[in-house]
Amino acid sequence: MPEIDPSFTALPHRRLGTVALARAQELGAGHADFRFERIRNQHLAVRDGVLQTALDADDVGFAVRVIHRGAWGFASGVVLTDEEAMRVAETAVAVAEVAAEMTSTPVEIAPEPVYADVSWVSSYDVNPFDVPIPEKAALLIDWTERLRQGAAVDHATAAVGQVLENKYYADLAGTETTQQRVRLDPEALAMGAGADTFDSMRTVAPPVGRGWEYMTGGIKDWDAELDEIPELLAEKLKAPTIEPGRYDLVIHPSNLWLTIHESIGHATELDRALGYEANYAGTSFATYDKLGTLQYGSNVMHVTGDRTVEHGLATIGYDDEGVRAQSWDIVRDGLLVGYQLDRPMGHMKPELNGGRSNGCAYADSPGHIPIQRMANVSLQPAQDGPSTEELIGRVEHGLYVVGDKSWSIDMQRFNFQFTGQRFYRITHGELTGQVRDAAYQATTTDFWGAMEAVGGPQTWELGGAFNCGKAQPGQVASVSHGCPTSLFRDIRILNTTQESGR
Amino acid sequence: MTQHSPGHGVSPQSLVEHALAASMGDDCVVIVTESTSANLRWANNTLTTNGVMHGLHVSIVSFVKQAGGVSVGSVTGSATTQAEVNELVHAADAAARSAAPAEDANDLVGERTTPDWADESVATGIEVYDDVAPALGEAFGRAGAAGRVLYGFVDHQVTTTYVGSTTGLRLRHVQPTGHFACTGKTADLTNSAWVGRATRDFTDVDPLAADEELARRLEWGRRRVDLEAGRYDTILPPTAVADVMIYAYWKADARSAWEGQSVYSRRPTGTRIGEDIARPEVTLSSDPAYDGLQCAPFVVASASSNVTSVFDNGLEVAPTDWVRRGRLSALRQTRHTAEMTKQPVTPVVDNLVLDVAGGTGSLQDLVAHTERGLLLTCLWYIREVDPQTLLLTGLTRDGVYLVEGGEITAAVNNFRWNESPVDLLRRFSHASGTVPTFSREWGDDFFSRTAMPALRIPDFNMSSVSPAQ
Repeated sequence: MPEIDPSFTALPHRRLGTVALARAQELGAGHADFRFERIRNQHLAVRDGVLQTALDADDVGFAVRVIHRGAWGFASGVVLTDEEAMRVAETAVAVAEVAAEMTSTPVEIAPEPVYADVSWVSSYDVNPFDVPIPEKAALLIDWTERLRQGAAVDHATAAVGQVLENKYYADLAGTETTQQRVRLDPEALAMGAGADTFDSMRTVAPPVGRGWEYMTGGIKDWDAELDEIPELLAEKLKAPTIEPGRYDLVIHPSNLWLTIHESIGHATELDRALGYEANYAGTSFATYDKLGTLQYGSNVMHVTGDRTVEHGLATIGYDDEGVRAQSWDIVRDGLLVGYQLDRPMGHMKPELNGGRSNGCAYADSPGHIPIQRMANVSLQPAQDGPSTEELIGRVEHGLYVVGDKSWSIDMQRFNFQFTGQRFYRITHGELTGQVRDAAYQATTTDFWGAMEAVGGPQTWELGGAFNCGKAQPGQVASVSHGCPTSLFRDIRILNTTQESGR
Repeated sequence: MTQHSPGHGVSPQSLVEHALAASMGDDCVVIVTESTSANLRWANNTLTTNGVMHGLHVSIVSFVKQAGGVSVGSVTGSATTQAEVNELVHAADAAARSAAPAEDANDLVGERTTPDWADESVATGIEVYDDVAPALGEAFGRAGAAGRVLYGFVDHQVTTTYVGSTTGLRLRHVQPTGHFACTGKTADLTNSAWVGRATRDFTDVDPLAADEELARRLEWGRRRVDLEAGRYDTILPPTAVADVMIYAYWKADARSAWEGQSVYSRRPTGTRIGEDIARPEVTLSSDPAYDGLQCAPFVVASASSNVTSVFDNGLEVAPTDWVRRGRLSALRQTRHTAEMTKQPVTPVVDNLVLDVAGGTGSLQDLVAHTERGLLLTCLWYIREVDPQTLLLTGLTRDGVYLVEGGEITAAVNNFRWNESPVDLLRRFSHASGTVPTFSREWGDDFFSRTAMPALRIPDFNMSSVSPAQ
């Protein structure tokens, strides 16, 4: 089990925290928290056998957040001196004083037990920052060269994002947490052209909370996935265009995770339901008055929120408000039963989680204020449930959807449209080749209401993304979504070429 | 804006000089960006979050000549001391020594100094809202009393960028970026409106006037008409035109076009430069000196990619027509892709202007001359569906209005649309004059500086109804 990186623990976070919190208290802040972060980020990108991008960026800094005169005050800094820690604490209090004039509802936060000097490290074997860039680049170069051996492949790219995140949190109540997470986001893409068309085919392996062992070890069969991509692309380029209409869909986890993210994950963020994101990310149709009564989907639908699943991208020990990670139900037997919370919302809705936050506060950098961000929101499989093949076997006239591609959903999380890496026609329970130009479009509750069956645990996979955006100023978060292959009846399919008026 | 920045003992310029002296590479480029920002966010007629931030980032690009070419190492970190800069320089030098030769290798740009190189960084702070904050508080009160609910955000950032090189670059640029945006809803949350604008200094932002405009728009929504999906005569205001034109600009990189992967490709290898892709009245351009939209007049690149090259740091960014009188005339280039595509070097510019020759009057004039159609407020959640046509999908948001006999007569439900911005530039029937505008979708975090006309599209494709309110 890796330990907290000594080059992080050597930084002056504890001393600056002590100085800043003492200053905030001296100035009268009722609550104050201090967060110090170092985020190491490396992005390597290869195009046609050449390393094109090697972006190596560290972000180090700290922030002080206070509740003062009933208002939030937040300030951040990058100069790692006692004087600056004191100045940032003073700025946070001064900002709260400006904010107090415009805050009509005083800010209060839910209580949380004190965790005195605890630490937590995510589950991984090899820190990607311990692997030399040339070695990592060589792997990606090899991937693109292998893809380009396919006759249909004109160009190929491969990339991997790597993050090592260290967070130290301390508050006036006495909680002190030191944490470390590692995550990876690999992908490879083959591009090609037919007579009057061009297209691409991408790996569907998800980003994960793992180390470099994900790229090399026995966790994921990269050879198998890379070997099949050129042929899959060749088939897609020659495939017939889809006849628009209504189809039954069998959706693989590599596509369904994103539909879960957009239509369940964001819709059950309580800050959205309360209107905090109305000017930006949007609100939610799943308003608070519908808790316990909204039929979100069919009765096979069981959705959980968690910050605990091993290798999950939103998994952590303690959130950015010092709340211990938890898991809970969001949709049970198709009914809306829960939301994602931070401490202010935990205080506001004490009936939801026993008056406590369920640990969804997150800030993407030392310079940003924590807000409620998404837990790992996952669809549970049916114990002894069917295999993917069995689900396909139940469909007369339909499509099997693999891999995510284009995505869009409205600001209240009703109307969505998704495409995929590949759509296979299902005829009389059998796959009968790819089709092109398909997109599925539905309204959230209609779609989940049309879910006839979820697959068994053998079909369950953890997907996810590095690039979930929310808040003003904008913050980016990583999150995982697990799901089984699932069967949906009678869903609207568009032909995207016809949509463009051609 | 104030002429001082939060405490640090070492000036950005001396960090640049220190890094250049410390590098053991054959050449070195150092980029220092110092940013300060202040923001206020509100919802339900009360402030929710806020912040005052300071960031200082140092990027070191080390160049090492070796057999077969020049290899590059690039490292960025939040360094504020010479010791921290030393660590970055060592890491960049080591990365360069172990790297393979770069495909985009080129001569570094030679000696150039901006006259204000030695000036201090420019900073902003919470005081930029000294006038705006009390007015906001007053707007919350007014709105609440009148049954309106306000949600919004103000953000002001000032970034000072320094680029130095062993070849004699000493370039400095100060970039103020700010915006005000506010959503208003009726108390029952069934009716929604939005206003937003970019600003460089907040002297031109009036929250009370914005609240009045929201009240006017919510009043339009007192009558509600439900319409089916279909193709409608639709007026896109400048902000919505910016939403889709920014996407068309992002996808206009020369290499993707050259290698056959974009709407600007002429297959099998080649670009559509020289082809008529839009109506002949259309010019889409960028100019770093455009009044009110001023942006960096030189290239800043801390890492190479498909659309950037570290070798181009300091290269002059000139006014560029991407589409001139309807003809595709340039794509976003590095010197490397310019050589590949045999085209002039036209680096990306951080602003975008659409002009339609003969387009005059305002959005209101377009409305007044429309017999029956839709007026949009803004667009949302825009994503590429098909790169071949640059088909985009997205939603209408915060106000779709029915125009009848030149007047706004009702609010209509929202729609999901599927459209290509390149097609829209061929199909529009009317255009207003060009005005500065702020993209709702991309303005916050990605692309703030635009000037656009309103466009009327006779057959805009509303693919399905969105029940979102």
